[in-house]
Amino acid sequence: MANQVADSSFEADVLQNDLPVLVDFWAPWCGPCRAIGPVVEELAQEYEGKLSIVKMNVDENPSTPGKYGIRAIPTLILFKGGEVLEQVTGAVSKTSLKQMIDDKAF
Amino acid sequence: MKVYDAVVIGGGPAGVTAALYLARAGVSLAWIEKLAPGGQVLSTEVIDNYPGFPKGIKGYELADLFEAHLDGYEMDRYHDEVFEVQAEPGEHRIKVGEEWITARSLAVCTGARWRKLGIEGEERFAGKGVSYCALCDGNFFRGQDVACIGGGNTALEESLYLAKMVNKIYLVHRRDCFRGDRVYQDKVMSHPKIELVLHAVPQSFIGGDEGLTGLVVQDVRTGKVKTLPVAGAFIFIGQDPEARFLPSILNRDASGFLLTDMSMQTNIPGIFAAGDICSKACRQVATAVGDGATAAHSIRLYLEKLNA
Repeated sequence: MANQVADSSFEADVLQNDLPVLVDFWAPWCGPCRAIGPVVEELAQEYEGKLSIVKMNVDENPSTPGKYGIRAIPTLILFKGGEVLEQVTGAVSKTSLKQMIDDKAF
Repeated sequence: MKVYDAVVIGGGPAGVTAALYLARAGVSLAWIEKLAPGGQVLSTEVIDNYPGFPKGIKGYELADLFEAHLDGYEMDRYHDEVFEVQAEPGEHRIKVGEEWITARSLAVCTGARWRKLGIEGEERFAGKGVSYCALCDGNFFRGQDVACIGGGNTALEESLYLAKMVNKIYLVHRRDCFRGDRVYQDKVMSHPKIELVLHAVPQSFIGGDEGLTGLVVQDVRTGKVKTLPVAGAFIFIGQDPEARFLPSILNRDASGFLLTDMSMQTNIPGIFAAGDICSKACRQVATAVGDGATAAHSIRLYLEKLNA
C-alpha cells in the first residue's frame, strides 16, 4: 500500500530516498484523486523494491504543495535524488503512468 | 485471446448500468474502466437531480454506491485504458492496456471530457492556474482572483461554487446572455463577488515559472484587448466525446459524438453506445443510466439472434 507522507517527513522519505519516488498529491474530497487512487495502489505493489510510491494529503500538508507550485490535484511528481524528473496533473491511466515511470525513473 | 459475449467500456453511470444488466442476464462479460468507477460523477460536488436522493448525494458517494452495486456479479474487470477497437461484426477486437480481447458485442460508455480552449498558454499553465475542475482545484485559489470561462449551466454553477472561497471571479462569456438556467443566472448576476465580462473571447494565458498571472481577452465588438489579473482560470465551454480509440467507420455527429438508433445501436452491428458519448439532447446521470439499460437490453437481443 502507498504510504502517506507529511511536510515533516518529506525531506527524509522523498528527497533523501535512495529509490526514485512517485508522490501522489491528493485530497479526500477530490473526485479525480479518488478515481486515480486504485491505480496508484496497484503501481505501488508492482514497483515494490524498485520505486517508492507515496501519497500526500494537501489539506493536511500545505507547505510542500506550495513549494512545488501545485495548484491542481491530483498531481503526481516523480523524484530521483531529490530532483523533479516529471510532473503530471489530472486523472491519467495506469498505462500512461507506467510509461512515464519506465521512461524516466530507471 | 479471451472472448466475451459482451464487453462494456467505461465505468460512469452508463457503463455501470450496462454491466449490471448484462451480468444479471448471465452473459460472459468484461468490464473495462481505466480509473475508479464513477466517471464525471466523481468530479461533481453534489448531485441534486437523481431520483432516490431527495437531499442530494455527494458525487463520490454515488460513485461508491455504483461500484458496490456490482459486487458479487460475475465479470472480468479490466483496470486499464482502451487504446484501440477493431470492428469486425461478431468478433470485435479491443486493445486494453497491452492485451487484446475479443467481444461478440460491445457497449461503448466512455463519456466525454471537458473541451479545451486551444489558446496560447493553456497547456503550459494546466495544473498551474488553468483548471477544468472547480471542485478539485478551487481551494488552491482561496482569497485570490480567478476567471471562469463559459456561458452554460456548468460555468454558472461552478462560478457560484468558487465564489464561496475566492476573492473575485471574472465570468468571461463571448455573448451578452447566458445559456444556463434562469435560476443560476439570477444568482450569478446578483452575486457581489462575480463580475461579468461579456462579449469577450479569451486570447491567451500569461504568467511565469510560478504559474498563471493573467488571462488576455478581446472584446468581440470593439476588438479591444485587456488582461484580467487572475491566478486561476476555470474553463467550462462544453465537452468533447472520449472516442479517439474508436474506428473511423462509426457514424458521428458534427461534434464527434456517436450516432445511435433508439436501441443504442451504432451503424456497426454489435457495437452499442450509451451515456455522454452519444449524440443526444440531454447529458445527465439519469439519461446515462437509461441509455445503459437500453444498450444492455439490446445487446442481449443481439446475442440471441447471433446464437440462433
